[in-house]
Amino acid sequence: MIKYIYADQLANFPKLKDSMFKDRAEQFGVRHGWNVKVDENGYEIDGYDSLNPLYAIWEAPDGSHGGSIRVLPTVGQTMVNDHFQHLSGLRIVSPVIWECTRFCISPRLTEGQSEVAAALILAGCELGLRFGLESSVGVVYSHTLPIYRRIGWIPEVIGTDGEGREEIAVCLWPINAEVKANICRKSRIAPESVEYWFDTSFPDNPVIPVSAVA
Amino acid sequence: MTRKLEAFLERLETTDTVDDLSSLADVLRGAYGVENVSYLATNLNGQPFVSSTYDPGWAAHYESQNYMLIDPVVRGALQQFHPLDWKKLDWSTKRTRNFLHESIEFGVGKQGYTIPIRGPNGQAAIFAVNHNSSDDGWSRYLGQHAHDFMLISHYFHQKVLTAANVTETIEGRELSPRELDVLKCLGVGLSRGKTAEKLAISEHTLRVYVDSARYKLGALNTTHAVAIALARGVIAV
Repeated sequence: MIKYIYADQLANFPKLKDSMFKDRAEQFGVRHGWNVKVDENGYEIDGYDSLNPLYAIWEAPDGSHGGSIRVLPTVGQTMVNDHFQHLSGLRIVSPVIWECTRFCISPRLTEGQSEVAAALILAGCELGLRFGLESSVGVVYSHTLPIYRRIGWIPEVIGTDGEGREEIAVCLWPINAEVKANICRKSRIAPESVEYWFDTSFPDNPVIPVSAVA
Repeated sequence: MTRKLEAFLERLETTDTVDDLSSLADVLRGAYGVENVSYLATNLNGQPFVSSTYDPGWAAHYESQNYMLIDPVVRGALQQFHPLDWKKLDWSTKRTRNFLHESIEFGVGKQGYTIPIRGPNGQAAIFAVNHNSSDDGWSRYLGQHAHDFMLISHYFHQKVLTAANVTETIEGRELSPRELDVLKCLGVGLSRGKTAEKLAISEHTLRVYVDSARYKLGALNTTHAVAIALARGVIAV
């Protein structure tokens, strides 16, 4: 299932934390060959992880990281504005657009990758619906765009850079109830599951009857 | 955009002084039918700035008891960036429960929603609405209004900064070429549809360009953004 966890709460989930940052090192450093920093623990951690981002993490049955995304608001510092502004010529700053980065599927997974991907996409969509957002923004490899189309969340490409397999695209994904219904249908993930992930990560605390307070 | 939101943003547009802005919490309370509305900027030219409908007695009590130090809403807003539904916060200690009890005695609604606002310069503010509805009623209400409050809180904050002449040295306040193109087209009177067509973008993307330009210019709607851009000479039509 998906857990939403702020960076400053990750210490409470040592297994998830450890496996997430190691999986990120494997995916981004080794498989993609990006020039990312890997620390002495084998963790891939960058400056945005220190801005207290919110992660949506798929927890595998053994309690380790199955996949994750990292979310930050665009009124603050974002990767798309700091590093990829030249792709669209646009600095995206809006209270109703959040950025999604470090989309990672655990390289240790031997099956069910597409289900995890769909769950992460839905986790991002649900976050936006609950908090009154309009869109999410992110940078992806252009060759992965068909995945989003297949899953029913068609992004708008607002800029590209590079060529062939290396081409990257800045994309905007609209957030609304229709989109969620689409993705749920195509991925066969029940909307109730998505809502359950959110509600268990952001639970209501028991209402305190006023009379019970001295 | 809802009619309520539009009406409020228009009102915000014509409110230019800090004093007048401080009365807008009342306007919002009426428009959105909530118990209270409050906005607090922690540091506006060295001073806190408040626009709120709270009982002044509650504000004084809050201050005298140093409740800011234990208020779970404040703690949440400092650490997290998502809007905070009060009932999801940690009220488990005796002190916070007492605090909650007292706030209700002073007429603060039992349900609340606080939006943390942060600028890249570290200016911080919080915007909150509260209500006395049931849990279910409150969930429905938030479902319908969360988007409005996200925009209102941030535009209100921008306007307060502008009115108080807080110098914003926010990197990247300049408009991007695409944003300039959009404002130019709209400035010469092209419709949104025509503008999108001319620039070969969708209307959804056009809206993102317009919104980001608005946000940077501190403009409250598209016309206002075009007017500011013209006045500053950043576009010529």
